[in-house]
Amino acid sequence: MSERDEARGVSEFKENVRPSRVGIEGVFYSLAHVPDLVRYGSKPSREIRANPALGEQLAKRLRDFDAATAYAPHQVYIGNIAPEKLGDLPKPWYERLIEGASPAGRFGDLVDQVEFYALLAGADQFNLVALEENWCRKRGARHAIGRTPKRRPLAEIRALCEKGALPLYSGERLIGAFESGHEEDANLTPEVLLENSSAKVTAAHALRAALNRLGVDPEKIDYVISCSEEAVGDRYNRGGGNLAKAIAENVGCVNASGSDVKAFCAGPMYAMVHGASLIQSGVAGTVAVVAGGSLAKLGMKFESHLKNNMPVLEDVFGSFAVILGSAKPNQPCMRLDSAAFHPVGAGASPQAMAEYLAERPLAKMGMTLTDVDRYGVELHNPEITVPSGSGDVPRTNYLTLAALAVMRGLIMKNQMQDFVRARGMAGYAPTQGHIPSAIVYLGHAVEALKSGAIRNALLIAKGSLFLGRMTQLSDGCSFLLDRNES
Amino acid sequence: MQKGKKVIAIGERDGVPGPVIAECLEGAGYEVVFQATECFV
Repeated sequence: MSERDEARGVSEFKENVRPSRVGIEGVFYSLAHVPDLVRYGSKPSREIRANPALGEQLAKRLRDFDAATAYAPHQVYIGNIAPEKLGDLPKPWYERLIEGASPAGRFGDLVDQVEFYALLAGADQFNLVALEENWCRKRGARHAIGRTPKRRPLAEIRALCEKGALPLYSGERLIGAFESGHEEDANLTPEVLLENSSAKVTAAHALRAALNRLGVDPEKIDYVISCSEEAVGDRYNRGGGNLAKAIAENVGCVNASGSDVKAFCAGPMYAMVHGASLIQSGVAGTVAVVAGGSLAKLGMKFESHLKNNMPVLEDVFGSFAVILGSAKPNQPCMRLDSAAFHPVGAGASPQAMAEYLAERPLAKMGMTLTDVDRYGVELHNPEITVPSGSGDVPRTNYLTLAALAVMRGLIMKNQMQDFVRARGMAGYAPTQGHIPSAIVYLGHAVEALKSGAIRNALLIAKGSLFLGRMTQLSDGCSFLLDRNES
Repeated sequence: MQKGKKVIAIGERDGVPGPVIAECLEGAGYEVVFQATECFV
């Protein structure tokens, strides 16, 4: 049986398929602009250690908050510009800033570094974060959420850093220190704890904002799933996890428990499927799927940005929160019955990915590749990746889908570009791994479904499991979004 | 001509994965001494 025949065969199953929908109550995306933490990203910290002069070059190429706010991809990220419009905006986007841009978006926001430090200190339950008292009094206090920050004189901050605490900077000014959680534990070093805490507080911020926008009391949340990229744990339990519960606590979801879902960059998509399944099975009524930012990925491509005289564009933590509930009439929903995974035996070629994550699940619902109005793939911002030779990731993914449509006789080869234009978009997400991986499009998809601009969208994410050296396999997960018109 | 020549195959997740390149090269007679797949994002 050819692939074409097989697809037809599955499509005959349509009459027996009963849509299983879970409602998307709300989505919120946030970017925390943290230029003075870029030095602690994995790549910058390794390169600066080997060549300290790079640190000075890096510092000269950092953006201020206004430039980060007015950066067109960030405006798309927080919902102020439709992603379909981004490709038409003049480039380079880092020079052609959006006039009058606001850090407040239709379904997201940007927070500055001062607010981030305040969130970090306010969420510190182990007295690990100390902020310089004068700086804290003048600037940090205005964003106080949670615990009162530990304030110390500058001399004491310096002494802490000399003993091994991680210095926290605001520009060239030393304004704080992050201490170790244990003298001998490699999993509780200041670097690791900063990474974990950054994920926690940025995810908590997104969840708090999502609930505020919806007017939902945090006490109404039954379950929180975190799909952030950190590995919380001690020397006996590296990656032990449950950051979700720490996030729930931080936001005041006192009736919720939670757990983490990990699957490299595909984690958020799996987390959505798990969350929707909890609702559909009746285990939970309202579920929050959240993720915080990745410290390790800050400045990942900074060398190529320096070589090209660009600003260092990977200077933000990305985070998001999605609130899921039972499907309501006309509500944008995820189709749980469309959920598809990349099986072990499928092979890792891009074509196999597209087949298993797009063609087959669509066929199960009686649809083909051209029945999807918009595809949300890995929407990495090409302005970040192209200078380093990593290519335009979304465009590659869209062309793979278009090529599969050609192979199946759905479009002609000369229609591939039209397919990409009509059903794709330019990438706009910071290279934060899990954040660009399809989930970043959910907010825009919900808006487009509400307005009727699209009838459906297929989100497709991939994960690079081989990076962990446990398997050579890749991974992937997908599901369809539509409106509950039943 | 290729028989016994040693090669390193580095693949890319969104392009051609390392094991696929290695299989093609081995089929052509090369000796693959190392193969890996990388993710550049």
